[in-house]
Amino acid sequence: MIELRGVARRYGEEVALEPTDLAIARGQTTVLIGPSGCGKSTLLRTIIGLVIPDTGEVIFDGVRVDAASVRAVRRRTGYVIQDGGLFPHLSAADNVALMARHLGWDAPRRQARLDELAALVRLPRELLGRPPGALSGGQRQRVSLMRALMLDPEALLLDEPLGALDPMVRIELQDDLRAIFATLGKTVVMVTHDLAEAAFFADRVVLMRAGAIVQAGAVADLERAPADEFVTRFLRAQRRGFGGAA
Amino acid sequence: MRIAVLVLALCAACGDGARVRIGSKKFTESVILAEAGTALVREAGLEVEHRRELGGTTILWNALLAGDIDAYPEYTGTIAAELLADAHLDADDDVGMRKALADRGIVMSSPLGFSDTYALGMREDEAARLGLTRISQLRAHPELAYALSHEFLERKEGWPTLRERYGLDATPAGMDHELAYRGLVAGSAQVTDLYSTDAEIAVGHLRVLVDDLHHFPDYRAVWLWRADLAPAAAAQLERFAGRISVAEMIRANARARIDGEPEAAVAADLVARVLGVRVAAVNASRADRILTHTGEHLGMVAISMLLATLVAIPLGILAARRRRTGAVILALVGVIQTVPSLALLVFMIPLLGIGWVPAVVALFLYSLLPIVRNTAQGLTGIAPSLRESAEALGLTAWARLWRIELPLATPAIIAGMKTAAVINVGTATLGALIGAGGYGQSIMAGIRLSDRATILEGAVPAAVLALAVQGVFSLAERWLVPRGLRPARGARARVPAVDGAA
Repeated sequence: MIELRGVARRYGEEVALEPTDLAIARGQTTVLIGPSGCGKSTLLRTIIGLVIPDTGEVIFDGVRVDAASVRAVRRRTGYVIQDGGLFPHLSAADNVALMARHLGWDAPRRQARLDELAALVRLPRELLGRPPGALSGGQRQRVSLMRALMLDPEALLLDEPLGALDPMVRIELQDDLRAIFATLGKTVVMVTHDLAEAAFFADRVVLMRAGAIVQAGAVADLERAPADEFVTRFLRAQRRGFGGAA
Repeated sequence: MRIAVLVLALCAACGDGARVRIGSKKFTESVILAEAGTALVREAGLEVEHRRELGGTTILWNALLAGDIDAYPEYTGTIAAELLADAHLDADDDVGMRKALADRGIVMSSPLGFSDTYALGMREDEAARLGLTRISQLRAHPELAYALSHEFLERKEGWPTLRERYGLDATPAGMDHELAYRGLVAGSAQVTDLYSTDAEIAVGHLRVLVDDLHHFPDYRAVWLWRADLAPAAAAQLERFAGRISVAEMIRANARARIDGEPEAAVAADLVARVLGVRVAAVNASRADRILTHTGEHLGMVAISMLLATLVAIPLGILAARRRRTGAVILALVGVIQTVPSLALLVFMIPLLGIGWVPAVVALFLYSLLPIVRNTAQGLTGIAPSLRESAEALGLTAWARLWRIELPLATPAIIAGMKTAAVINVGTATLGALIGAGGYGQSIMAGIRLSDRATILEGAVPAAVLALAVQGVFSLAERWLVPRGLRPARGARARVPAVDGAA
């Protein structure tokens, strides 16, 4: 579904991403994990052209992502970031329906899709009229997910979607998100720094360090056969921090 | 391009061929003479308009050359030393001046009778105490403070050569002629320049120091008019030839300045006394004047703000998009802001003439900076995560600007417009200097006549208008700024949010 071929990016002297190859299978949930600054967000953002690689190419469903194709690719993906990225001047509903309106969907069609998505993400419909500032953090992420799903994209990209939420809300949203992924069967790429969360969602985990992929596979594979010393240390540190959830 | 077309359209709209326009400088004698001339031309059945208090010599002369006015009262000394400086003529060489003026399409009338030359004056009591009667005696009193009009300080025959001729050692303060008088009365200065027909001389407040070295040239009053002035109008103006004595002029000046009589009435009386012709004094009521000035003021502000908004918002967007171009744009509009408004207005006369076109253009230029800067800052201040979210949705650059970035920048843009508009209302009072009218007309007339009521007639409505403009923009803020961007008002705006699904 998504393929990175020798994708690399540096900012001046600083390497954000070493030349990287990665294939992301259709319908699977792939989790990018690693310590902060390891390049996982940069990698995610190259997929929809928010970061333009210095070298290498990204292939999305057989199409090379470039200036000509990037807008179409973006419309075939949903993107959710840590603080939701909702536009404060629009109501929750207008945030969700923004692209649909831009593409000329009529009001009944937009409303039907809004109702459907509100039910899917379990957001009370009366909250849709509020501006994002009048919603809680958890509600904002639900709205953000609705916005990402509005055009029924083939892929969902999530960058630390639950990172800013307090633990109770986070657990609840984790359950909901996993159920939604299972229901929709979309290609999901998620960035997190939390191994427990990665293990909870992932079909496949991609562990990164200093701009390069160290090891990819199921969490159990990483534990059983760590590629190097860093993998072992990373897993151990995460287990201590989160009470052995992995 | 768009502005050029609009300006041309405005010029075409405001031109009025048939009407005779007589200008005056912004001091009482000039206003009275122009008013008298206007009344006499009107008496001959011609359409005539007095464009009052347009400013100083430069403005009137350029307006006359450009055809924005058809005639105005001038003095031979000024003609020789200022208007025809290149010709190096003496102020009593009427033949030479007439010839040089004719080359420029201008006609000089016969002298009106009186001469209004420069003089130095002191308060009577002060001069008596020091025993001063002649300018040369000032040399012995370097402790005296001089308050001189800007025009006198800069004129060739004024301070620069006077000081040399008499060997005076003083550092004069430059100020408005009318304000210099007040300084003298208040005691903050002891010596000022005067005109030999000044009203204050009549009531004995002032002693005129004798020009014992005969420094000041001849300043006989004449009319200047364009060669294409209607012959009937020229004939009427020529009727003043030799009829106005120094005493008559001082008397008229004193009635306007000291007794506070309306200039139109003083002028009508002058015409009656020197020509024996009864003319109607056209005198607008205070309410009429305020209404007229409000219309003129609002017109200047509204049109310049509209143009500025149309130009400044795109410039602000450009500045936000391209950093280097943006720096250049902001530097340019910033430089405009530092040009003193009076200087800007005078610069514009050769290009745009006088009246409300140059005033609107000047106000337009002054309104650019706050709007450009706020638009640029509003756009660049948008959180990167929001910018990226808009991009990630797959919106086109145009749709991102229109649906996301500009709405997010509205509070900043409206704040910029509000600042521009309030400054604009204040600056527009200067429009009166180049014949655009507005509240500045009353303020200037009031300063000239030392008449507080007339100053307030302009200053109070100007202040009220500034407040009203502020109010209008505050309302606009509530209408235009999207709900989610407004500061929270009370509890209703922020409903207590409960985490998680219902």
